[in-house]
Amino acid sequence: MELETIIKGLRNGDRRSLARAITKVESDSADGREILRQIYAQTGRAHTIGITGSAGAGKSTLVGALAREQRRRGKTVGIVAVDPSSPFSHGAILGDRIRMQDLTSDDGVFLRSMASRGNLGGLSEMATGAADLMDAAGLDIVLIETVGAGQDEVEVATAAQTTVLVANPGAGDEVQSMKAGLMEIAQIMVVNKADLAGADTAIAQLKTLLAIADHGSWVPPILKTIAKTGEGIDVLADEIHKHFDHMRSDKYSGDERRNHVRGQIMDLTRAILQRRLIALAANDSALENLIEQVAERRRDPRSAALELADIISQQ
Amino acid sequence: MTSEKQSTSNTPAERKPIRVLIAKPGLDGHDRGAKVVARALRDSGMEVIYTGIRQTPQMIAEAALQEDVQVIGISILSGAHLGLFPRIVDELNIRDIDDVLLFAGGIIPDEDIPAVKDIGFLGIFGPGTDTRDIIEFVRNNAPSRD
Repeated sequence: MELETIIKGLRNGDRRSLARAITKVESDSADGREILRQIYAQTGRAHTIGITGSAGAGKSTLVGALAREQRRRGKTVGIVAVDPSSPFSHGAILGDRIRMQDLTSDDGVFLRSMASRGNLGGLSEMATGAADLMDAAGLDIVLIETVGAGQDEVEVATAAQTTVLVANPGAGDEVQSMKAGLMEIAQIMVVNKADLAGADTAIAQLKTLLAIADHGSWVPPILKTIAKTGEGIDVLADEIHKHFDHMRSDKYSGDERRNHVRGQIMDLTRAILQRRLIALAANDSALENLIEQVAERRRDPRSAALELADIISQQ
Repeated sequence: MTSEKQSTSNTPAERKPIRVLIAKPGLDGHDRGAKVVARALRDSGMEVIYTGIRQTPQMIAEAALQEDVQVIGISILSGAHLGLFPRIVDELNIRDIDDVLLFAGGIIPDEDIPAVKDIGFLGIFGPGTDTRDIIEFVRNNAPSRD
């Protein structure tokens, strides 16, 4: 498909064009960047929601349930479902469609599976690029489901308008670890599998952590869901909508909006720099020279790293 | 060493793995073969979208469209291949998907192989196939997405 055909089709909501555009963006090609550049003016209409939380928290099931709820409310839904790539083969098995089989037959839903493709620092670019494309194609709600914990989570969260953090009962350590940053980026907290013992304890822990976390004009609600049966999903959808309204109200300050954009630009820049570093390491003799010098202790590793950083920033 | 192009063109292998859809149509629920193939393809560096069992031809074609896969592998043990395969191809045609590689695995009697190939399934892999042969077949025949 020609680039022009893809862009035109995408703007008209053509699903095949959308699918091909995501492929271009995902492969980080010049075509992909050109598509994103051209369609950006058409974005900003959809509500982008990040779903994050550790593996096994029930994110896929929750995303499926949330998508069904949004469909009941008459909204069209795009889903970007990210699964990890194997660090050994770089391949991946992407199984999110298994839990969302019914959604495949619904032409108001577009689901794209995506592999994290290792540590190339591009996940946020790929996943949020795909979300922008879905937005431009006219989908009302875009759900981005991420892999698990880590920097990628934070990046996806900074790109999404609303981030939902999914935790489970009895995951005491997990809740503890959320102190380290994830709490600050979530606008809604969900204790999923709330029919299991310990749900109330998990909620109490989250409340305590929330009390000491730094949140802006929006105070994150803490909700209970059982994604498998759909319990609590309507309330979750309501709260997500409330947060969307909040971001459009004057309670959401210009500073908050600029901070959100700042995070997004910083993350994308970091990803680009990281890719340049990897490319440099793969092909450049400068690094080889530095390695030699440091290995022979003729030079210290910090000044070598600084020199490498200078080379990258001069590119 | 100046452009963005330079820095990204160095990692084509990592950035452009072959994307494959593995699906099981019809009513038989035995998906061990499909899973073995999915795992082998993953271990060779491909990205495999596994749909699970009991897929209709319409679901398979729609998943292929949304995922923009280059390759579709269908596992079938029920004997309904001559009924289901043409319907899968029809559903792909309805969606203008004409640039995917199709292959099939499972139980397909020898006498049906010419008919299945005629329908558009280039590769057919029965029980006892070495997964390396499937990997090689996919690598050699997957259409490019450039």
